Amino acid sequence: MVTGVPIFLTDSEYRVLRCACDRMFPATAHNPGADALGVADYIDGLLGAFHFDPPRIWAGGPYSGRHGGADRFATFHRLGPLDELAWRTRLEGSCGMPEREFNGPVVGYQERYRSGLARLGEHFPEASWEEKRLRLEADPDFCEMVFHHGCEGMYGAPEYGGNRNCGGWEAAGYTGDVQPRGWSDSEVSLP
Amino acid sequence: MTVDAVVVGSGPGGSAAADVLTAAGWTVVIFEKGRDHLLDPDDHTRPASDFSNDEIKFLHRHFLGPDPFLEPHTFRTCEEDGDHIHVGSVNAIPSTVGGGGVHADGKVPRFREEDFALASTLGPQEGAAVADWPLGYEDLEPFYARAEESIGVAGLDGSNPFAAKRSGPFPMPPGADMYGATLSVAAAERLGYHPYPAPTAANSVPYQGRPACNNCGFCAFFGCPIHAKGDPVALLTRVMATGRAELRAETFVSKVLTSSGRASGVEYVGQDGKTRTMSSRHVFLAGGAVETPRLLLLSGMTHPMIGRHLMFHFQTIAAGGFEIDMHPDRGRSVTHLHDDHIVGDEESRQAAREAGLPWLRGGTVEHTGQAHVIMEARHYGWGSAHPQAMRDSPLRRHLWALCMQGEDLPYPGNRVDLDPRVRDVRGFPVARLTYRPGPHELAASAHFGPRLEGILRQMGAQWTSVATSPGVDYRGSSQSPIPDSHHVMGTVRMGRDPATSVVDAYGAMHEFPNLVVADSSVFVTSTGYGPTLTLVALAARAAARVAGVGAQPDDVFTRETKAH
Repeated sequence: MVTGVPIFLTDSEYRVLRCACDRMFPATAHNPGADALGVADYIDGLLGAFHFDPPRIWAGGPYSGRHGGADRFATFHRLGPLDELAWRTRLEGSCGMPEREFNGPVVGYQERYRSGLARLGEHFPEASWEEKRLRLEADPDFCEMVFHHGCEGMYGAPEYGGNRNCGGWEAAGYTGDVQPRGWSDSEVSLP
Repeated sequence: MTVDAVVVGSGPGGSAAADVLTAAGWTVVIFEKGRDHLLDPDDHTRPASDFSNDEIKFLHRHFLGPDPFLEPHTFRTCEEDGDHIHVGSVNAIPSTVGGGGVHADGKVPRFREEDFALASTLGPQEGAAVADWPLGYEDLEPFYARAEESIGVAGLDGSNPFAAKRSGPFPMPPGADMYGATLSVAAAERLGYHPYPAPTAANSVPYQGRPACNNCGFCAFFGCPIHAKGDPVALLTRVMATGRAELRAETFVSKVLTSSGRASGVEYVGQDGKTRTMSSRHVFLAGGAVETPRLLLLSGMTHPMIGRHLMFHFQTIAAGGFEIDMHPDRGRSVTHLHDDHIVGDEESRQAAREAGLPWLRGGTVEHTGQAHVIMEARHYGWGSAHPQAMRDSPLRRHLWALCMQGEDLPYPGNRVDLDPRVRDVRGFPVARLTYRPGPHELAASAHFGPRLEGILRQMGAQWTSVATSPGVDYRGSSQSPIPDSHHVMGTVRMGRDPATSVVDAYGAMHEFPNLVVADSSVFVTSTGYGPTLTLVALAARAAARVAGVGAQPDDVFTRETKAH
C-alpha cells in the first residue's frame, strides 16, 4: 500500500502545485483554503491513482458512514478492462500504444501537469501574489485544468484526498453526502 | 441456440419490452454495452450497492458511462461545419445497465391527447416534418397505466388541469415539496399559471419492496443509493426473477443480422473482445435515439429516414437570485411542473404571427435549483474572491430556476449518422449528431423566457437571467452549441407510410417486421414533455403485440402466442 505524499509528482513539482492551488483558492477567515484542505493531494492522488489497488478512480458506496451506514466510500470500485484502458490513457497518455491511439495520440494528465508546473517554474512559490496570477493566466489551458481539478479537491468527497475533514463543505455551507439519513419532509419543504 | 428475443439495451425501453416478453413466457437475452452497477452481481433479482452521493464519481469521472474516450460521439451544427466541431461527450445518455433510467430524476409525465396529432390539430411548419403519430393517446393509455404501476409513480390526481384523462389514480401520493418550489408554485399561481406536483418515478412511500425516497438531493444525474427510483430497477429485477432472461453487460451489439426479409439475430463483441452471433426469433432495439440508428446504420440498413429528425428539447432556463436560502440540495431535484406554455393562448398565437410562424409551443416547466457544490465552484472565478463567492453562494443556495423543456420540431437536417473518421474503442464508427434549433424553437424561447422571469420576479428575485441550451450565439462566445438536454428522440420515426417512416405504429420495421424499436427513436414529434414514460409505454405495447398479450398480465385480451 502506498503511503505519504506526493504519490506521483516530485517533491519540487508538488511544492509548485501546492502554491498554484493556494493562489487559486486562498485561505480566508471563513475558508481554510486549498493548502489546508489538501487540494494538491487530491490532484496528485488523481495522477497517481494507479499506484493503488483498486485504483483511486471511483469511491465506493452506498454510504460514507458520515450520516449512518457502513463506511464504504473508502473502498474504491474495481475497474473493468475498458475502464482501465480509458483511465490509464487519460492519466498516462497514449504512449504510442495502438490500443490507446484508435483516434490518434493522447497527451495525458500526468504530462500536462508536469509540463505546466515546469512552465510555472520551480521558484513559483517565491513569486509575488500578482506574479503568480500572471504566470497562471499566461497558460490558460493548464490554468483551467488546475482550476477544475482544484474545485473537485476543494469540494469533493474527502475520500479522494481533498476537502480534508469536510472543511470545504463546511466553508460552503454544504452538507455533502447524506445517505442513509436523508432529509425529512419538513427539512425539505420548510425554510 | 435460438432465443425468443434479443433485446439490445437495458434502459427503460429495453427493460419494459423484456418485462412483457418474459411475463408472456418468452426467453430473452438482454445485451448491454455498459457496465452493471445496478444489479447485484451474485443475484440479478436484487439491486447492487454501487450508487452513492458522490459528485466526483457521477458528474466528473463518467461512472455511468459512456466514457468519452472509449465511446465518443461527434457533433456539428450543420453540414457546413464539416466533419464535426466536437469530439467527446455529446448528450451522454448513460451507458450502463439501466441506461438513462439510472441517472434520470424520474419525472414521468404522460403526453396529452393533442401531442399525438400536431399536424392535424395545428398544421405544418415550414422546413419541419411535423406529422401525426400513427396512434393516439387512447391506444397508449392502458400501457401508461401499466408503466406507472410497474415502475411506481407518485403524483396527485386532478392537480394538472391540462393533463390527459386517466383510467386510474397514481400508484402513490406526491413526495415532499422542495422549499424553493413552494415559493415558485405560489408565485406562478398568483400570475394565473397552474403548477402541479410532478409525476415522479421515485417512491413517496415504500413500494414493491423498495424504500421511500429520503430526499437526499443527489437525484438528477445520479444513481439512487437506496433504489427509491423505480425505473428501471423495478422492471429489470422482475425480468430477472422470471428465470427466463439473461443479462449480458459489457457486450456490444455491432450488427443486426437479417435473412429473407426478417431479423435473424445479432452479432456482438463480448467482454473478451471476441465477435460472436446469437440467433433469435425477434430483435428489439432499445439503445436510445442515438445508438439505435447507429446500430441500424452499422448493420447496413439504408432507409433514408434512419437517423433523421433528431430532436432534443430546446431548453429555456430562467434563473433568479434570492436573499433566502433555497437549500436546493434537499429533495428530488424537481417537485413541480407547469404546462401552461404547452397550451396555446392569445399571447403565444400573437408571438407566432409576429415570428412568421403558424403556431408555436413551449414545454413543461420544471421548478428547480442547482444542488451541487463542485458545479457551483466552477462558475466563480478563481482567486481571492472565490472563497467568499462560495460562502455567499449566489448560484446555489440563493438561486432558483425554471427550466422549460421546449418542443423541438423534427427537422430532417437534424440527424444522427456515422462519423467518417472517429472510431470507438472496438473500432466501429461512432455516432455523429448534427443539430441546430430552428425558427420555431428560437421564437418560442424568446416568447416564454420573459414569462419565466416574471414568475421569478413575482417570487421576489433580486436578479433574473435567461439562457438556452443549446446556446444560440455560440460563435466566438462561451456558449455551447451542444444541447444539454438528455431527452433524445425521433431518429427512427414511426408512421404508416414506409416511404416516410422506418417503423410502424408498434415499432416494427416496415422492412423487417420482427425487428422492433423499443425506445424514443420512434417518436414522431418531441412534445414538451420528458420522453421516459411514453417510451416505456410504447415499448411495452410493442412487446405485448408481438407476444400476443394485453396491457396487464391478467388482461382478458388474447393470450395466444403468435407464431414466431
